[in-house]
Amino acid sequence: MPSHPLNQAPLPIGRTNPDYDWDQLVHEDRVHRVVYTAPDIFEAEMTNIFGGVWVYLAHESQIPRNDDYVTVRLGLRPLIVLRDSSGKYRALYNRCTHRGATLCREASGSAKVFQCAYHGWTFMNTGELRGVPWPEGYASDLRNSCFNLAQVPRVESYRGFIFGTLNPDAPALADYLGPVREPIDEWLDRHPGSRVVVRDANRLKFHGNWKLAYDNSADGYHVKFSHRSLLEMENRFKADNEKGMSFYKDHPDDAPMYVRYFGNGHHFKDKRPNVEKRPGALWEIEGLAPGMEFFEEEIRKRLGENAPRALDLASSEPVNINVFPNLLILGNHIQVIEPVSVTETNTTWYATAVVDEDGDLGETVDLINAFRMRTQEGFPAFGEVDDATNFEEIQRGLAAPEDEWVYMHRGLGIPGRFTTGADGSITGPATDEVFMRETFKEWKRLMANPPAIEIRREV
Amino acid sequence: MSTAHDPSRTSHYISDTYYADLVAAFGDWQRDENIVSDPAIRAAAEALVLREARLLDLHAYRDWLTLFAPECAYWVPGRPEGSDPRREVSVAFFDRRRLEDHVHRLSTGAAWSQIPRSRTVHAVSNVEVFRAGNDAPLMVRSNLMLSEFRAGDSRLISGWCAHRLAQIDGKWRILVKQVNLLECNQNLRNPSIVF
Repeated sequence: MPSHPLNQAPLPIGRTNPDYDWDQLVHEDRVHRVVYTAPDIFEAEMTNIFGGVWVYLAHESQIPRNDDYVTVRLGLRPLIVLRDSSGKYRALYNRCTHRGATLCREASGSAKVFQCAYHGWTFMNTGELRGVPWPEGYASDLRNSCFNLAQVPRVESYRGFIFGTLNPDAPALADYLGPVREPIDEWLDRHPGSRVVVRDANRLKFHGNWKLAYDNSADGYHVKFSHRSLLEMENRFKADNEKGMSFYKDHPDDAPMYVRYFGNGHHFKDKRPNVEKRPGALWEIEGLAPGMEFFEEEIRKRLGENAPRALDLASSEPVNINVFPNLLILGNHIQVIEPVSVTETNTTWYATAVVDEDGDLGETVDLINAFRMRTQEGFPAFGEVDDATNFEEIQRGLAAPEDEWVYMHRGLGIPGRFTTGADGSITGPATDEVFMRETFKEWKRLMANPPAIEIRREV
Repeated sequence: MSTAHDPSRTSHYISDTYYADLVAAFGDWQRDENIVSDPAIRAAAEALVLREARLLDLHAYRDWLTLFAPECAYWVPGRPEGSDPRREVSVAFFDRRRLEDHVHRLSTGAAWSQIPRSRTVHAVSNVEVFRAGNDAPLMVRSNLMLSEFRAGDSRLISGWCAHRLAQIDGKWRILVKQVNLLECNQNLRNPSIVF
């Protein structure tokens, strides 16, 4: 028998607390370049950020039946997120307890058991070890919870969005989300049955740090410049620039849209105030996409006075709802930020589709979803590629070690620039970088206070 | 085909019927018994596919667009087994107008993902020509090895293409170009070129 207890506490290995003075790296108005470039900071983030807070894992509609699974990552940890045979959502470590091989090598599927391809250890989809080949070769019974798969100890859903955390001290998910739930609710509630289902994704990656994507997510300052080609493209038939993101064409701070920081790193760029609140108003600014005129004529013919609402369902919702650290709800997309290394990031833009929950769309729901697929392909193809290029060029620029600072002080120190809500949220003009500053305050707090993370093996 | 609308300006032709025909046409077409033996047709089809590759590599996008039928599609499915574009997003699903959007965007001087622009070699091989019947459009299968150099980095993208061709006013034109990337369901870096 081994001399160590099987369930001993984790060894103090890993760099959750590299030797930085975080106050020196994150100032009120700027951050040091190493937060984007240092491998040891990235390694610490994978536990202090991605282990310490609730992290988005998957959407319930990706695993609609018992035994369905998807493979994802929590930071760099490979996970199988599933509904077990009793319907419980779990996030199992995709790592055989024997020698460490991944158990499941498919992106998605359905399975009651997972058998390791290497030596045949088999696990139930609860994580429990079901059996090993030739057990008489082991001196003790392996049916001991320490040989069950590790799993994320806390997995909770908020209205279809499944999150997990390794931090036993984290607040309840609803409390972690806090006031960002309101725009999430509104985003969902515009759909029949107040829900959407996730479909295939537009999958992109860039050679840059993951925070460059998160920093960008509520940034109203970059749009007119980073996306100039898209703005020109969207309006190439119109002299008066009325399509797509054209509310950025003048000074964005003169428009009624705003940016809001909610706390816990969550923020929101709300462009809805630029659009009239009436059925059909979203449709009128929707950019041109394949099949658009067919779709509109068909919907108007079939639905008559109810057409504007249906047309809006295929149109992009003008919001960016950003849930720290990795969930960006924008337009009709559920975008997930997946760190790969300090200088590599995947951004996966899951498309969403409408469900005819109330039964009043009939066959038009298929037309709506077909066109909604086309509208969702537009921004990843013509917008995100330019942002991702700029993220990569930031990463190149940050290679200069003695040019140390990255500024995010737009709006700072201007009297009357912000309003603070009863819920503590901070609201400012659309181009303001207040959300970045506040998020980095939270980042600093999390990095300076490594969580006591836990995994669970009891099923 | 309807001619009432200019497909460069409005997109009426991408209809539910169009999608249904597209999905049917790109289903089970690679049958040995449908391989075209007529050397003249095979040569014409191959010449068009090679010319298309050359014009892309020369960045001659306006000329490249003339190879497509007025009502056309450029389609990069997001699943290796293909997918129904009515149901799922694709890596790209461009109609005539969106193809022209793409070309327009590159000309704005602000398409940062293509500044500096990609240098490409579309290496096309294994060309086979299929036809389901005497008047049916041609279906051309080819393999694609696409070398790209941009901003200091080189990469290789590979896959296979299906070109659906028809004669319009006596000239072979592309009705649909489908590109099946090996990495179609993986995260792609800067997919801002035409594959």
